[in-house]
Amino acid sequence: MQDIIRKLEEMRDKARLGGGERRIKAQHAKGKLTARERIEILYDEGSFEEWDMFVEHRCNDFGMDREKIPGDGVVTGFGTINGRLCFVFSQDFTVFGGALSEAHAEKICKIMDQAIKVGAPVIGLNDSGGARIQEGVASLGGYAEVFQRNVLASGVVPQISMIMGPCAGGAVYSPAMTDFIFMVEDSSYMFVTGPDVVKTVTHETVSHEELGGAITHSSKSGVADHAFENDVEALLQLRRFIDFLPASNREKAPEWVTTDPIERSEPSLNTLVPKNANKPYDMKELIVKIVDEGDFFELQPNFAANIIIGFARVQGSTIGIIANQPMVLAGCLDIDSSKKAARFVRFCDCFNIPILTLVDVPGFLPGTQQEYGGIIKHGAKLLFAYAEATIPKVTVITRKAYGGAYDVMSSKHLRGDVNFAWPTAEIAVMGAKGAVEIIFRGDLGDQEKIANRTAEYSEKFANPSAASARGYIDDVIMPQNTRGRIARAFMMLRNKQLENPWKKHDNIPL
Amino acid sequence: MFKKILIANRGEIACRVIRTAKRMGIATVAVYSDADADALHVRLADEAIAIGGSASSESYLVIEKILDAIKQTGAQAVHPGYGFLSENATFAEKLAEEGIIFIGPGVKAIAAMGDKIESKKIAAGAGVNTVPGYVGVLADDKEAVKVAAEIGFPVMIKASAGGGGKGMRVAFNEKEVKEGFRAAVSEAASSFGDDRVFIEKFIEDPRHIEIQIIADSAGNTVYLGERECSIQRRHQKVIEEAPSPFLDSKTREAMGEQAVLLAKSVDYKSAGTVEFIVDKNKNFYFLEMNTRLQVEHPVTECITGLDLVELMIQVAVGDNLPIKQKDVQLNGWALETRVYAEDPYRNFLPSTGRLTQYKSPEGLDGVRIDTGVFEGSEISMFYDPMISKLITYGKNREDAIEKMALALDQYRIRGVNHNIEFLSALMSHDRFKSGELTTAFIDEEFPKGFNGIQITQNDKETLYAVAIGFEIKRRARNANITGRANLPRRAGSEQDRYTRLVIIDGNHKTDAKAQLKNGSCIVDMNKNKYDLNGNFEPGTDIFEGQINKKSIVLQVDYDGSKYSLRKGGWQATIKIIDKKIDRLMDLMPNKVRPDMSNFLLSPMPGLLVSVAVKEGDKIEAGQELAIVEAMKMENVMKAESDAIVAKIHATPGTTLGVDQPIIEFE
Repeated sequence: MQDIIRKLEEMRDKARLGGGERRIKAQHAKGKLTARERIEILYDEGSFEEWDMFVEHRCNDFGMDREKIPGDGVVTGFGTINGRLCFVFSQDFTVFGGALSEAHAEKICKIMDQAIKVGAPVIGLNDSGGARIQEGVASLGGYAEVFQRNVLASGVVPQISMIMGPCAGGAVYSPAMTDFIFMVEDSSYMFVTGPDVVKTVTHETVSHEELGGAITHSSKSGVADHAFENDVEALLQLRRFIDFLPASNREKAPEWVTTDPIERSEPSLNTLVPKNANKPYDMKELIVKIVDEGDFFELQPNFAANIIIGFARVQGSTIGIIANQPMVLAGCLDIDSSKKAARFVRFCDCFNIPILTLVDVPGFLPGTQQEYGGIIKHGAKLLFAYAEATIPKVTVITRKAYGGAYDVMSSKHLRGDVNFAWPTAEIAVMGAKGAVEIIFRGDLGDQEKIANRTAEYSEKFANPSAASARGYIDDVIMPQNTRGRIARAFMMLRNKQLENPWKKHDNIPL
Repeated sequence: MFKKILIANRGEIACRVIRTAKRMGIATVAVYSDADADALHVRLADEAIAIGGSASSESYLVIEKILDAIKQTGAQAVHPGYGFLSENATFAEKLAEEGIIFIGPGVKAIAAMGDKIESKKIAAGAGVNTVPGYVGVLADDKEAVKVAAEIGFPVMIKASAGGGGKGMRVAFNEKEVKEGFRAAVSEAASSFGDDRVFIEKFIEDPRHIEIQIIADSAGNTVYLGERECSIQRRHQKVIEEAPSPFLDSKTREAMGEQAVLLAKSVDYKSAGTVEFIVDKNKNFYFLEMNTRLQVEHPVTECITGLDLVELMIQVAVGDNLPIKQKDVQLNGWALETRVYAEDPYRNFLPSTGRLTQYKSPEGLDGVRIDTGVFEGSEISMFYDPMISKLITYGKNREDAIEKMALALDQYRIRGVNHNIEFLSALMSHDRFKSGELTTAFIDEEFPKGFNGIQITQNDKETLYAVAIGFEIKRRARNANITGRANLPRRAGSEQDRYTRLVIIDGNHKTDAKAQLKNGSCIVDMNKNKYDLNGNFEPGTDIFEGQINKKSIVLQVDYDGSKYSLRKGGWQATIKIIDKKIDRLMDLMPNKVRPDMSNFLLSPMPGLLVSVAVKEGDKIEAGQELAIVEAMKMENVMKAESDAIVAKIHATPGTTLGVDQPIIEFE
């Protein structure tokens, strides 16, 4: 017995050392932390419990039988983040470059299965060179096992991927199917085919960073939800992020106490919307002034910035915010912003997070680029997402709500629960000038007539009256009271129950 | 008494006049340009009339539009405030023709004092000391050089119709006279529509001290003590105070009497200011007379207990002054700082935009704030970027300075850049505190511009302790989140009753341990113990509390990752992490942002007017590189050191953003 204990201790020590001092140094030299150091930052002190520390690979080819390191390149287990249960797998680049073996995949699958059963989030800290080539198809099988579980877990427990090193080839598809992807600047990259293959096939010369670095994916491709400066910052922010999320689809979003008064009036919002309808303003000012403590966790801030998405709290409990941003492309909807917002709405709907939609949208972005890119189908995603969502939906129209985009942005017609408008709201098929040019095409030559007609159209639609007369708007509220009014609305909606007809699953236009 | 008056102005001065009028039971009419439709003065007035475009040349400076507004509203009198039409004799004349009373001096006095050359002649004639100089208009730069040589360097070239520092240049040699002449002429033409300039001796180490007078039509002219306005930047007053820390009662009396003589010589009535330049031997020379209410009048009001606007209105109605010279008593000390929308860290470049946050100090004894803005209003590019005047009144100078420092710490402005930190730094500046002032104070004490102030490690720790208070209070709150698993801690990980933390401030780290105890936060740092109380609730942005029973106020901004702390002109952005991850933090690479030091960057949003160099040029330090126009001011960008131009990145006519590269050097 003593012998067994001693041997276990030796194996434990060996496992803790991963790929050994030299590789740990190399990892640090790249500005990266080890798998265990990352867990140390992410988890509450003394809360992490590791599983499968003694698992080894079963490959005997190409000399692998002589190279066995307990743990096999991934640290898995559970523990708490700010007291709340979370599962994690943290790939260890110092062990076989974090390459995924059959055994490595089994460890990941084990905690995923458990997470689904108990209803707790799965966090993946990805730092892997890819498949364990020596294992051949067994490694590929391992990937697919993970993929399958990503899909089964989707909508059941939140899945978050933090890319902290390479993530290439098939390996990208596991993070791609999780709910959120975060990346670390300069030390992580994701691509399906690397720069060498790109060069051979398309003759493009591109660096790892340019092809799939954190900046690329957080600003160009929209693959990543956020990029962080370094490992420590990324993990600390991940802790902050977890505080917003419910543990599973069976739970409500978490809450905590706040001393920020619910009825806090913000008179400065009365002057947020400029007199000139073509002048932009910063929608983020509205967001930070109406949420608790000005605390807003924005996602994809540098991608499709014409729409803002992110989490905040009202009265201490999480809400998801979707808001048009007049500062970028006048806040219009286009392919990227529709996809960005649609996926966010669906996440919130999966996990019982009420949503607040702030509307100032002049319509869809016109042009061949958009049409050829399939704006019809992509715009429909957002429409679909809002229409199917059964969580509490509160909407505030601050200025423009034109055309089809009005319908899309959580309108009353899509089962919006509470729809408010500011006095500056203009709910119409289009702006007065455009509308008059169509309706009174015959009078186009007559400046005065057109001016009168435009004034008439503005009078009718450049305000919330027509929409509120039909009940499309529940109330016209003073901007300064926005926080209090939405807080009341969400309180009223706390026990909302609404179900869609039974179906195997819907068929969102992908 | 008047039933209704119109205020032909905007901003804080319009608000200030409305306040007194209201107290006197007089109805008020505001006028406003397009840009000011939502302005505070419009909200405060009983009636408001739109008078046109945002540019003041389309609204506040258009006499006809003001006259129309008067006709529409039936106002009986007009208070012009300062600037705009306040010293415009034509305006006063037109009002007189319409039978409207101008709340200010007579046309004759305005005209006589409005012209800098004319006013000097009158002053000399009235027995007022004047600065040696050439009283006459200069024809060209050659004549300027000749005259300058006669007077002796240094000399000052000034716009005849000028004021407020515009169209003024100091020259120490012939080359500078030529440059200064040209610059003064063009600025005078663009600012005042009058390109006449004159030249006079430039007095070194001068102090700017001015006498406030008030006169009625019965010939009673009284001086209300002095104001010292030596703290100036590019001839714009930054801090004013009353009384002056320099004058003795004999000099005060002599200056006051000369000011009264001058006023009487032009039959002055209403409030006016006679500006003097005072040398280190207390010799004083007449500079100019401002025939209006001055920006800095509140400090005089504080120490005399008088309301100058009220007196102006009484005199305008035809009443006699309720006071005689012997009734004038100066009590206590008053200080005024001008809070501007400008960036002190970037050579005080003006800033515009929306005041997303604006919280002025509240509930402080002896603090007065004259402002024309509110949270959510716009600092527009069309007007002077002054946000407010912060005035403190105390029993002595030290007291007034202390109150000012506290009020500045509580003043929270976001959305535009502002000079609060610079003003705060002045309040703790030893030479300022000593009262050893000259008009060159800022240039001498901040020769390289303003870069914040340094404070001792001990003082820093006090402020860190506050941030730690916020951090552990936040953690305690967050730890009570719903849905906790309540997992028992694993064996071998003992819970510490302290939270062990590291504060990272740039490259400097400080260890600390902290705990919450009966609502207080106890922090141990470098053998010092801090016992903190106050509003540590998450989301608080102005902390007010006690450290070891001593009061402290500072501003805290938390972005979910870092704390920004500001107090007394010092600011730092710090990160607070657990001690246990400190060693991991050390492993993080120090990421260097791209070096832009060999670029000329646009310091503000604006229009690139011209580029004076071309690629390959060898340039000398001080040489003009480019002109960027913003806020109607042409900002000449000069080379900071010798260099060779590698590349021009922007062509004239380009609209530039902040930090947009204009020129790259080798």
